[in-house]
Amino acid sequence: MLRLNLLLLVAAIICALGVVTSQHKARKLFQDLEGEQERARSLDVEWGQLQLELSTWATHPRIEKIAREKLRMHAPEPAKVIHAGGGGR
Amino acid sequence: MARARSHRYTESPVLQLAFPAWRSRLAALALLGGFAVLAGRSFYLQVINNDFLQEKGESRYRRELEISASRGRITDRNGDVLAVSTPMRSVWAIPADVKLVPEQSQALAKLLEMDPRELNRKLAEDKNFVYVKRQIPPETGERIAAMKLPGIHQNKEYRRYYPSGDMTAHIVGFTGVDDKGLEGVELAFQDQLLGRPGQRSVIKDRRGQIVEDVGSVKPPQDGKDITLALDSKIQYLAFSQLKQAVDDNDAKAGGVVVVDARTGEVLALANWPTYNPNNRAGLSGAQLRNRAVTDTYEPGSTMKPFPAALALEKGKFRFDSVINTAPGKLTIGTATISDSHAHGLLTLAQVIQKSSNVGIAKVAGTFPPEEMWTMFDALGFGQAPKLGFPGEVGGRLRPWKTWRPIEQATMSYGHGISVSLLQMVRAYTVFARDGELIPLSLLKSDGSTVRGERVFSPQTVREVKSMLEMAVQPGGTAPKAQIPGYRVAGKTGTAHKLEGGVYARKYVASFVGLAPASDPRLIVAVMIDEPSNGKHFGGDVAGPTFANIMSGALRTLGVPQDAPLQVAGGIPGKEKL
Repeated sequence: MLRLNLLLLVAAIICALGVVTSQHKARKLFQDLEGEQERARSLDVEWGQLQLELSTWATHPRIEKIAREKLRMHAPEPAKVIHAGGGGR
Repeated sequence: MARARSHRYTESPVLQLAFPAWRSRLAALALLGGFAVLAGRSFYLQVINNDFLQEKGESRYRRELEISASRGRITDRNGDVLAVSTPMRSVWAIPADVKLVPEQSQALAKLLEMDPRELNRKLAEDKNFVYVKRQIPPETGERIAAMKLPGIHQNKEYRRYYPSGDMTAHIVGFTGVDDKGLEGVELAFQDQLLGRPGQRSVIKDRRGQIVEDVGSVKPPQDGKDITLALDSKIQYLAFSQLKQAVDDNDAKAGGVVVVDARTGEVLALANWPTYNPNNRAGLSGAQLRNRAVTDTYEPGSTMKPFPAALALEKGKFRFDSVINTAPGKLTIGTATISDSHAHGLLTLAQVIQKSSNVGIAKVAGTFPPEEMWTMFDALGFGQAPKLGFPGEVGGRLRPWKTWRPIEQATMSYGHGISVSLLQMVRAYTVFARDGELIPLSLLKSDGSTVRGERVFSPQTVREVKSMLEMAVQPGGTAPKAQIPGYRVAGKTGTAHKLEGGVYARKYVASFVGLAPASDPRLIVAVMIDEPSNGKHFGGDVAGPTFANIMSGALRTLGVPQDAPLQVAGGIPGKEKL
């Protein structure tokens, strides 16, 4: 009887320690998850900022200015335009 | 001694005292009662009122956190961002807690780009809370946080940016504090755009790190992104051309609307004057007004094609029915209406081509008022276009029972009736769609052709369209609205402005047209308010602007040409990119 009790006691202690370690691991993992979620949020913010930057650089007045002044481009004369296929003439 | 040793406790006189039996029972009962009270109390605390204590305990290490949600983005049809929120920081202080050495306040002022004296003044204020500076970039915020200054704190808040600035200001609108839409699409779609913050409660450990979630998590709902029908390229074209036209004509204001005739999508909507939504200091009401939507004007001759179409539809006139417009004047009752140039005998088509007030008034005089009212009503005049825009107006269309003959005559050339530019564009969809009036849409549609309500028969529309083509050809009122390579159908409008009930010598010049006439793809309406640089006719003021916008937009969309490149009369359009 005493031997069985001792055995059960040892089993109970092992289980208790197991609970402690797995709880600890769970918390560590949870913190990692938290960290990654935080990173996802900040990347989302960065994406928004980059989109903003992109559309600021790509505003039409700026593009037209560069095309005209720097690259010396201009709209073709209508006579020089050839329409290819698809109902064009 | 032996006697003394053999002394027995029972013989102690104290113990010899005989107590009554009830006393010991009373004591036992009192003790029992005490235990019962304790047991009851512990039962109450641990079983019945368990939740309360549990909560109290948890509150010592449990924290409620708000999960922020961002406002939806607004993009154009190609995904170009027109409005986006990005997080910023606000620096605030509790002045009583702030103890800065001069070097620290110098460094802080430098980071905040503030005058050190102003900073010190703010920190010396006798309040519990002062904003030091709002909406600073997050990087700066982090550097300030790294300084670990006592009494200086930060908040996270969002700021809305509008990359395309004044170009799309009226259509996109803007938000005020707390992400509340105040104008334009920001207001119209506030419910969809608004993000709803979530909430979670967590357990934090000694070091302030989150250990686990407790209870249910309410996930945040980010605002929905809105994709407008707007095409940034066409919008830019319309906006820059409008600005040019207003400048060239010393005009007070102007508006442009571009609509896709197949889907009813609003591809561009521009107004002048405008404002920069990113910096709204010193904004005036004139700048804020979305004229194309919220202002009505008397459309003038752009109205004429509708009575002409009704005349064809009812079989009262044919394309080539002759109307005598001599001597360029017509008296109805006590009022006289006149043409700007006197013509003689004109066919119905020529009445439209040359824009004869007398001619169209004679045509309109043959309808019963109810018939004309029914047509105006079917075209959407007098009712708001229901685009979902804030402040949409329906214009003024009086009930037909109150019409006097002179009013019916003036209405046929667009006086005594008022519309918004948006309504006018919508009414012209009947000419682009073989007689169907289609609903307009601010949002991008799936590209399928929409169904509308039939107002005129296809045959009538074909004939009116060819009249409108004549109007932009030599001999018409707007040869400057021609576009090389495309057939254009359109109508000029030159309306006197009403001021205090009297028509003043001030004008609204407008042009509404569609192209390519063989299979209309776009409808463009241009309105210039009070041109005062010598020219005031719609064909001279709004016509060239129309041509520039239309030709650029058709090229942008890759619409096949349907006419030779040589323009009759030869006015090569000065074109924009």
